[in-house]
Amino acid sequence: MADPSESSAARAGAPPPSRPAPASAPQAGTAFGAVGKPLRRADGRAKVTGETRFADDLSLPGMLFMKLKRSSVPHARILEVDAAAALAVPGVRAVLTGRDFPVRYGILPVSQDEHALCVDKVRFVGDPVAAVVAADELVAEEAARLVAVRYQPLATIASPEEALATPEPRIHEYGDGGNVHKAVALDFGDVPAALASADQVFEDLFFYQGSTHLALEQHATLAYLDADGRLTIATSTQVPHYLHRAAAKVLGVPPARLRVIAQPQGGGFGGKTDLFNHEIVAAKAALVTGRPVKVSLTREEVFACHRGRHPVLMRLRTGVGRDGRILGHSVETLLDGGAYGGYGVASTFYTGALETVTYRMDRYRFRGCRTFTNKPPCGPKRGHGTPQPRFGLEVHLDKICQKLGRDPAEWRIQNALAAGSLTANWMKVRTIGLVGCLEAVVAASRWKERRGKLGPGRGLGLASSAYLCGAGLPIYFNDMPHSGVQLLLDRGGGVTVFCGAAEVGQGSDTVLAVLVAEVLGLDPDDVKLVTGDTALGPVDLGSYSSRVTLMMGNAAVEAAGRARDRLAAAAAQALEVPLERVGFGGGRVFDVGDPDRAITFAEAVQRAEAEGGTVGTVGSYRPPPPPSRYKGGGVGPSPAYSYTAAVVEVEVDAATGVVRVVKVWIAHDIGRALNPVLVRGQVEGSVYMGLGEALMEEQEFVRLPPRLSRALVHQAPSMLEYKSPATVDMPEVETILVDGPEPNGPFGAKEVGQGPLLPIPPAVANAVHDAVGVRVDEVPITPEKVLAALKAGSRRHGPEAFPSIAWPEPLMVPPPWEGGDGSAVNEPRRSEQRGRRPPEAAKP
Amino acid sequence: MGAPLATPEAGPRDKLRLAFTVNGEAREVLVEPWKTLLEVLREDLGLTGTKHGCELGECGACAVLADGELVLSCLVPAVECQGRAVTTVEGLRDGPELHPLQAAFADHGAAQCGYCTPGMLVAARWLLDREPDASRERIVEALSGQLCRCTGYLQIYEAVEAAGRVLRGLPAPGARLPRVHRASEHGRSE
Repeated sequence: MADPSESSAARAGAPPPSRPAPASAPQAGTAFGAVGKPLRRADGRAKVTGETRFADDLSLPGMLFMKLKRSSVPHARILEVDAAAALAVPGVRAVLTGRDFPVRYGILPVSQDEHALCVDKVRFVGDPVAAVVAADELVAEEAARLVAVRYQPLATIASPEEALATPEPRIHEYGDGGNVHKAVALDFGDVPAALASADQVFEDLFFYQGSTHLALEQHATLAYLDADGRLTIATSTQVPHYLHRAAAKVLGVPPARLRVIAQPQGGGFGGKTDLFNHEIVAAKAALVTGRPVKVSLTREEVFACHRGRHPVLMRLRTGVGRDGRILGHSVETLLDGGAYGGYGVASTFYTGALETVTYRMDRYRFRGCRTFTNKPPCGPKRGHGTPQPRFGLEVHLDKICQKLGRDPAEWRIQNALAAGSLTANWMKVRTIGLVGCLEAVVAASRWKERRGKLGPGRGLGLASSAYLCGAGLPIYFNDMPHSGVQLLLDRGGGVTVFCGAAEVGQGSDTVLAVLVAEVLGLDPDDVKLVTGDTALGPVDLGSYSSRVTLMMGNAAVEAAGRARDRLAAAAAQALEVPLERVGFGGGRVFDVGDPDRAITFAEAVQRAEAEGGTVGTVGSYRPPPPPSRYKGGGVGPSPAYSYTAAVVEVEVDAATGVVRVVKVWIAHDIGRALNPVLVRGQVEGSVYMGLGEALMEEQEFVRLPPRLSRALVHQAPSMLEYKSPATVDMPEVETILVDGPEPNGPFGAKEVGQGPLLPIPPAVANAVHDAVGVRVDEVPITPEKVLAALKAGSRRHGPEAFPSIAWPEPLMVPPPWEGGDGSAVNEPRRSEQRGRRPPEAAKP
Repeated sequence: MGAPLATPEAGPRDKLRLAFTVNGEAREVLVEPWKTLLEVLREDLGLTGTKHGCELGECGACAVLADGELVLSCLVPAVECQGRAVTTVEGLRDGPELHPLQAAFADHGAAQCGYCTPGMLVAARWLLDREPDASRERIVEALSGQLCRCTGYLQIYEAVEAAGRVLRGLPAPGARLPRVHRASEHGRSE
């Protein structure tokens, strides 16, 4: 995700994007050594022996423990924080309050609205007010209870509708007025005219409930001064580089003397992609006490951290021509943002940005509005802002196909975008495996033979989707690479790879090892990895937006290619062959014309080192500049898009409303699988998480009764009551990979971590309709909602109204086929409007 | 359960002597009476392989074996382990070689983030100790108390089945791979 206020990073003066893989790298079509092989993952042994060091597994001599005092009220002014009683507890070493954190921060430059500890206001139950540091965790916890906070309560805003209707009191003093954080309006052509000329116009309302990541690992941080007195933060983060920047700013520590280490994470799913107050507070506590300070959140606190799926209300309108083609499409979204900005501006744009990249769409209109509410902040969860409108679009299309009498799979195949398309909102798509995915799941599920013929209570549903392979722009505006990789080749024939990328379980370490091994003809076990450490590796922007395989991967291929070039030159001399006859494989460097003539890889390193000095190389990657030039067009561009299609079979009990998923067929456009075992795991893990959102997961809040303060609290902040699928809930899954190398991907690879989640919730909803003939237009599709739909005259359960929103004047951007250059015609040209913004130009 | 050592004179903050066997080795520690087995393993014995995801017995990440029985170490008071034999993920292998379950988990994609893995492995070990040829249904049932947010469970089942085969002296099966549909098989996509 990018800073959405920037339309394009690569304007005048920016260096060109990285060069493609070096010529000496293996070409497509050749046999691969490591790529595509079902090898054990790079971190596999450590994970099964219990030796992987997650943040909470770290401890240091003299370590202190920190506990946060969290707000018990949802919205209030802080009148007084009295720490005297807490400080008097034996063993307490420090109490920190908002006064210690005057500098605001936020992951996006446009939303610098957080203090590490609240200064003047609390905005949700769980907002931290003070931190107690003690030699013993229990003492810290008991003393935190003794921190006395006096509040002046403010009216609580519980929902987007309340936020729209209640401009005062404002939760924040910035945004687009009242309690609207961000309202955006984009017109790509005249959609009302398109609808007026359409053969038929369809309108639907949908609601997608919020859900949380529920990573098994609770967030933990260990901050300490190293032996040289420099601050180190070892933490569960997906974004060590962004944390490094923010912590340096908030703490006033020179960035050069700050080190952030992303420990391997026990699941991320986007939940560790934001900056967390406890990370910064622990670092401050380490600075203040001079001792290592550890904080380990409880599960309830993790629910308060949240930053998960935004609840989104949607209204979709589509006008189709006689042949079923989409002449005009409109999406309005209303997001429940929670108490802080976080990634929310990007999330808002994402509820519209990828609506266009699957099917041909002549004109497109997007309206998005994010409101502040007094609940834990929402943010990016697997699919960031796109599963909600994808659910809406795919169910909407199912209904349209039903009305038109068209097979939903056939309609999608006929209307799929062609490769190389530039969409109505100026997203450039390159390879598109969408049709292949649809054909694969239609064939595997025997869709044509079985749909509508499974008998009462059984049904099949289909949906397809698209996702990014990395955000085209960085979060803060800059001209530097998005990912860097550094190699050190040792005389023993080993290679050490240094990269800032964070391993969250998705397999980024394995991607590094496989790619470097492939280019250099080694076994991945000969590749040692040093990752996720800002002091020991070049910047990688982080594990978000499905960017790591493509961006880090391209950087790794470039670095390895440069090492290969040096070794090839040395080996050519030794083997007395021309450079182009030097091959790499099996730990040897050989004459491709006579493979028995060879030197070992180690000897090639030694010869190269003798000739030109230590063999170390770097590679980096920067995505191509996006064609979109309008404000907001920085969200959505990507070097490549992955595509997915799924068919879901369900059994619905009409007496109880219970939906049981029988089987899922899913095909994913992977470009090329770098490791098919890990790819399959990402696909099936996405199916699992999509099923959880489709059927049971809810981050829901309730008001306590008046005698209990009327506080707005999480309905079920525990793993037992927050329902997520267990083994017994998981159906059989048939995973199919659609192979077709993407020129922008390393060895043709695309992303797989997020995209396969997207078609699952709408495919489930469409299957429920096929099974029992009712529409549940919101997730989760609980038994109560199925029964309500079965009883309703409309045979539907879902939202009934979309509130009136004062949209800003829309930016008018003609689609490519209506002229223009991707700029808005009613916006001052950005180059004229202002010069290049400094990186930290921030509001408020 | 061994008899708790609390005496009438002992206050709530007085430490008690706990002697038990961990991964085959005799251990003695002084522990606060309120500490759970999980806390003693992780904090007093430095065995951080066993994880915590909730500390309320809801997620299964902290599963260990106590005298061969599967227990959630976050719910077991440490002092109740007096004289018992506890096995954690660190005790699954003896020497540098991985236990067949560990090897299968690593090779079949059963560990992604790896955080539920120690508990999953211990629960699977409990099952295979009793039923080395456990059916898929039995595996699903035996692991139903272990939450995993990464895998969707299917590769975990396959790893348990593969390990069961190895433990029964049969050859280790390779990881199950997804079917590949070549884009060139159809006209429209590239």
